[in-house]
Amino acid sequence: MTNEQFSIEFKHVVKKFGDTTVLNDVDFGIIKNKITTVLGFSGAGKTTLMKHILGLTMPTSGDVEVLGTCINKIGELELREFRRNFGMVFQYAALFDFLTSFENVAFPLREFTKMTEAEIKEKVMGLLESVGISKEAAARLPSELSGGMRKRVGLARGLALDPHIMLYDEPTSGLDPITTHMVYDLMRETHYSNVHHGFTSVIISHDIHATLKYSDYVVFMENGQVVEHLDVESFKKSENPVIRRFLEL
Amino acid sequence: MKVLVQRRIEDLGTNVTNLLLGLGDFTNFTMKTIFWTFKPPYRWKLLFEQIYFIGNKSIFIIFLTSSFTGAVFAFQIYVGMKVINADSFIGPIVTIALAKELAPVLSGLVVAGRCGAAMAAQIGSMKVTEQIDALEVMGINSYQYLAVPRILGATLSLPLLSAIFLLIGYGGAWLIGTKVILIDEVIFSSLISDFMDLGMVAEGIIKATVFGYLIGIIGTYQGFNVTGGAEGVGKGTNMAVVWGMITVLVVDFFLTSFLTKIL
Repeated sequence: MTNEQFSIEFKHVVKKFGDTTVLNDVDFGIIKNKITTVLGFSGAGKTTLMKHILGLTMPTSGDVEVLGTCINKIGELELREFRRNFGMVFQYAALFDFLTSFENVAFPLREFTKMTEAEIKEKVMGLLESVGISKEAAARLPSELSGGMRKRVGLARGLALDPHIMLYDEPTSGLDPITTHMVYDLMRETHYSNVHHGFTSVIISHDIHATLKYSDYVVFMENGQVVEHLDVESFKKSENPVIRRFLEL
Repeated sequence: MKVLVQRRIEDLGTNVTNLLLGLGDFTNFTMKTIFWTFKPPYRWKLLFEQIYFIGNKSIFIIFLTSSFTGAVFAFQIYVGMKVINADSFIGPIVTIALAKELAPVLSGLVVAGRCGAAMAAQIGSMKVTEQIDALEVMGINSYQYLAVPRILGATLSLPLLSAIFLLIGYGGAWLIGTKVILIDEVIFSSLISDFMDLGMVAEGIIKATVFGYLIGIIGTYQGFNVTGGAEGVGKGTNMAVVWGMITVLVVDFFLTSFLTKIL
């Protein structure tokens, strides 16, 4: 596989916190315009991996290249600019609790674009509609929304600046099975409706069943190392005993 | 016995190390907030919101505290001064005490309790629910967005609140002095101008400005350092109030020593 095919590349990344090695020589690439899920047990290093992609944590050694930019070698202000390439859906949505759903989605547009209020309104309502949020719900505060609705508003907020990489951190934790599949359907729909302008989705999860159903590629982590990086079909056939154990759950 | 002494020394060493680490962390936080204060974009709307919250919304409690402080202080001074037949000095004594000490310190304690706690709770709950991470991921500096407006808001609001405290406290003392103790209104007021000067008012305003800054920085620092869930937010809020109040009282001592020399 050539480097041009990757939107995110980890090059021999090691991350240590004191004496603890959280990422141990991580070396792989996330393929452009595909849905990749990072799987692994708790403490495998998934969240630290995601923080490296966002430049929220820097590697102890090695490089992290995102969309051709080595993000551990650029300055803080440049990195902040660069982060506009990312959209992110947090585990519990992380909506600003002092803003309504509408204002949450409008927030990045007001911060980073010169759009007029009318243009912002049109774009926000369009985004909220695309994730199935009604006008009434748009006027509500996050505390007045259900868990599934919050995730959908979080997704709309993540998409507001037309990002090239969408990150999902345990997007369905705390949701019932039906809402879980609704959220995954929405994520997949979102991915394929944006893929024409270059759109890579990275999901951090430990939901094996949803991963196999909705992802194109799977990265399996254990003890800070990438054990396997395969397409879903090959992953299902993996002979690795740890993965077999995971698959049989 | 030897083991016990060794353990005590180890504990002391750990405490000193933690204290130094904490101080380093606090200094680092302070430097970051100073850096981001001067970096655009300047968030005027957020600043005015904080001035409204810290200033406007504190006026009622400042009104209550100051009016009763002025009135009670006038009474107490009267009891003492009556003995030496100097009760007409109530006006200047109360006003000087209010201007130099009571207005900035009590306003500071009120704001530390009311707003320092709110700052820590708001930022702390945003931290535990990943809202601060969400800001950072969007490329917004959380210190600039959350800490700077609160610190500046407190720094600008507290001198104003202190001035209001002084005026209302004086009103309370005047009411008791002239309507209850029955000191002549002209004597009550004219003696103030004989004993007071602008330096005394300036001392109070400078103190209030410093207290405002310290309350802001302590409240926001505690908020950013919240860990865990609701319990962590509660602990952070508590620390913001306790450290805010202690700092106001301790710094007041040093500021008084310094300002009386230069003003």
